[in-house]
Amino acid sequence: MKKNTRDFLVSLYTTMYKIRNFEEQAIKLYRDGYIRGYFHPYLGEEAIATGVCAAMDRKDYITSTHRGHGHCLAWGADLKIMFAELLGRENGFCKGLGGSMHIADYTKNNLGANGIVGSGAPLAVGAALGISIRKERQMVSSFVSDGSTCNGSFLESLNLASAWKLPLLFVIENNQYAVSTRIEDSTGEPELYKRGAGFGVESIRLDGNDVLEVYNTAKLYVKRCKNGEGPFLMECLTFRKSGHHVNDPGLYLPKEKVDHYKLHDPLLIGKKHLTELAGLSGKDILEIENMVMAEIKDAIDFAIKSPEMSEENFLKFVEEY
Amino acid sequence: MDTNILIEKREIMYRDALNEALKEEMARDDKVFIMGEGIAERGGSYKVTVGLLEQFGGKRVFDTPLSENGFTGAGIGAALTGMRPVVEILFIDFTMLILDQIVNQAAKFRFMSGNTARVPLVLRTQGGVGNGLAAQHSQSLEALFYHIPGLKLVMPSTPYDAKGLLKAAIRCDDPVIFIEHKLLYMNKGEVPEEEYIIPLGKADIKKDGSDLTIIAWSGMVPKVMEAVKILDGEGISAEIVDLRSLVPLDKMTIINSVKKTEHVLIVQEAVRRGGVGSDISSIIQEEAFDYLDSPVKILGGLNVPCPFNLNLEKLVIPQTDDIVRASKEAVYNK
Repeated sequence: MKKNTRDFLVSLYTTMYKIRNFEEQAIKLYRDGYIRGYFHPYLGEEAIATGVCAAMDRKDYITSTHRGHGHCLAWGADLKIMFAELLGRENGFCKGLGGSMHIADYTKNNLGANGIVGSGAPLAVGAALGISIRKERQMVSSFVSDGSTCNGSFLESLNLASAWKLPLLFVIENNQYAVSTRIEDSTGEPELYKRGAGFGVESIRLDGNDVLEVYNTAKLYVKRCKNGEGPFLMECLTFRKSGHHVNDPGLYLPKEKVDHYKLHDPLLIGKKHLTELAGLSGKDILEIENMVMAEIKDAIDFAIKSPEMSEENFLKFVEEY
Repeated sequence: MDTNILIEKREIMYRDALNEALKEEMARDDKVFIMGEGIAERGGSYKVTVGLLEQFGGKRVFDTPLSENGFTGAGIGAALTGMRPVVEILFIDFTMLILDQIVNQAAKFRFMSGNTARVPLVLRTQGGVGNGLAAQHSQSLEALFYHIPGLKLVMPSTPYDAKGLLKAAIRCDDPVIFIEHKLLYMNKGEVPEEEYIIPLGKADIKKDGSDLTIIAWSGMVPKVMEAVKILDGEGISAEIVDLRSLVPLDKMTIINSVKKTEHVLIVQEAVRRGGVGSDISSIIQEEAFDYLDSPVKILGGLNVPCPFNLNLEKLVIPQTDDIVRASKEAVYNK
């Protein structure tokens, strides 16, 4: 095992573990009243954002969804600024005006989460269109939910990207439920990658809980996008470990599925890669996890101590409206 | 020597003025590009984009599929990442297909991001009653966009204003809804050869007057001009305030004119109910009530969809005679 391969596998696991524990801690903060509003957990889907973002350059772009914490963190968002935004503080990514559903970092090419399902895809088309006009060697990955694949915005975007041959990778995160409705009840074709063929887009379905499989596939498509062969679509099959948002207990999720995915958890699979492929011991892994947890704890302390925007600053901020 | 020959004034059509604005801005800034339905080779339904494809090539001037929501969103995405797109929606009626992208996306990003995102997008479209285009192609829907914080809203009435305001709109870092009027494209007006820009948010006094302030915009302005000639003959001196931009709204010019004339008529082509005129009326009554000598009068379209039949079509929006009659009512408080 080469050292850089080992380091790479560690970085993938670290990112997934960070996303998982960021959210678990944030949910505690929610229960304690520090976080209000909507909070859509990415629990169980961490391998997708991690694998895709690891395959991209940071001069590329991403668009995210309402379930967007994982994408931001995998793209490299600072934990402190993330927590600060979730707590509505002035030093958050959006000065506390966006919150969980609208976290974005435009200065780092993260075009942000989106509260309207399906509406991020046209924005991704636009970012890719700009790249194509400027003739730059960049690409865009657009994370979309299974629910959005039944929406016109997504389908129009698939067609536009194909008609204009844009450097765009659509990443369907098929967690099998649109709020509480099963994907089989939402569409006559629940194998969602097949939507690509109708628009002339090369498409594939893969195990979205295996971070290496996601990474390897994305790596290939990212490169091909930059070679002018785009767009592409990858459907990552996964499972939402919890309800639609933190106040939805998800009682409609069938027990056998929940049990199956407990064993097919992206973190367990990531851990297996670390021991089997990178030769890490349980103690090595625990060390990584402790480091992440310490970072999360610091970030929470930072956020809780951070100020909120004053009324005066807000009124100044909106003067031009 | 007659100097008038040397400084002959140049008159061009509204559509050509818009065309010049696009050409000048595209030549100035290679981040500006335009897309829409039939705007490239065909040059647009109203010939506004003629010659742009030849001059700037297919990467910056191109046709879209009929996916209004998708390509408007693409314009927003491009704007978020450093481009300056001009997106054309063929009829304002079709903007009902793009409301999510305009209202929930373009209008919100600057705010939701705490000012780190900007959306320098111009959405060009055209509205108003034409000649028998019926209920789905004749609407005046500016009030919908006026209502949404985060958008600028521009509705020029003359070739001069159209050119100067479109150039300002393209340079603006916020999304601008730029509404043209389908009956104005062939109107001619004076447009200088040299470059100029009209800042957004400045109304224009199209004619001075002392007895009555008539506030109008877009396709109603030429009709108000006709009406004012008749009123002049009858001893009523009306001042015409052409708003040009509805957002930002030039309150100061409105209020100053009201203070001078003490009588106000607002003329809007859009249906009367829930229109921009109602909001302007409330602003006047809040800020200049003591100056008013009679109630603010609003002349708007009937609260009905636009009929196909040409005689009935004339009936549903204000005509010159209606403006003359309403002006007298405003002045004589009848």
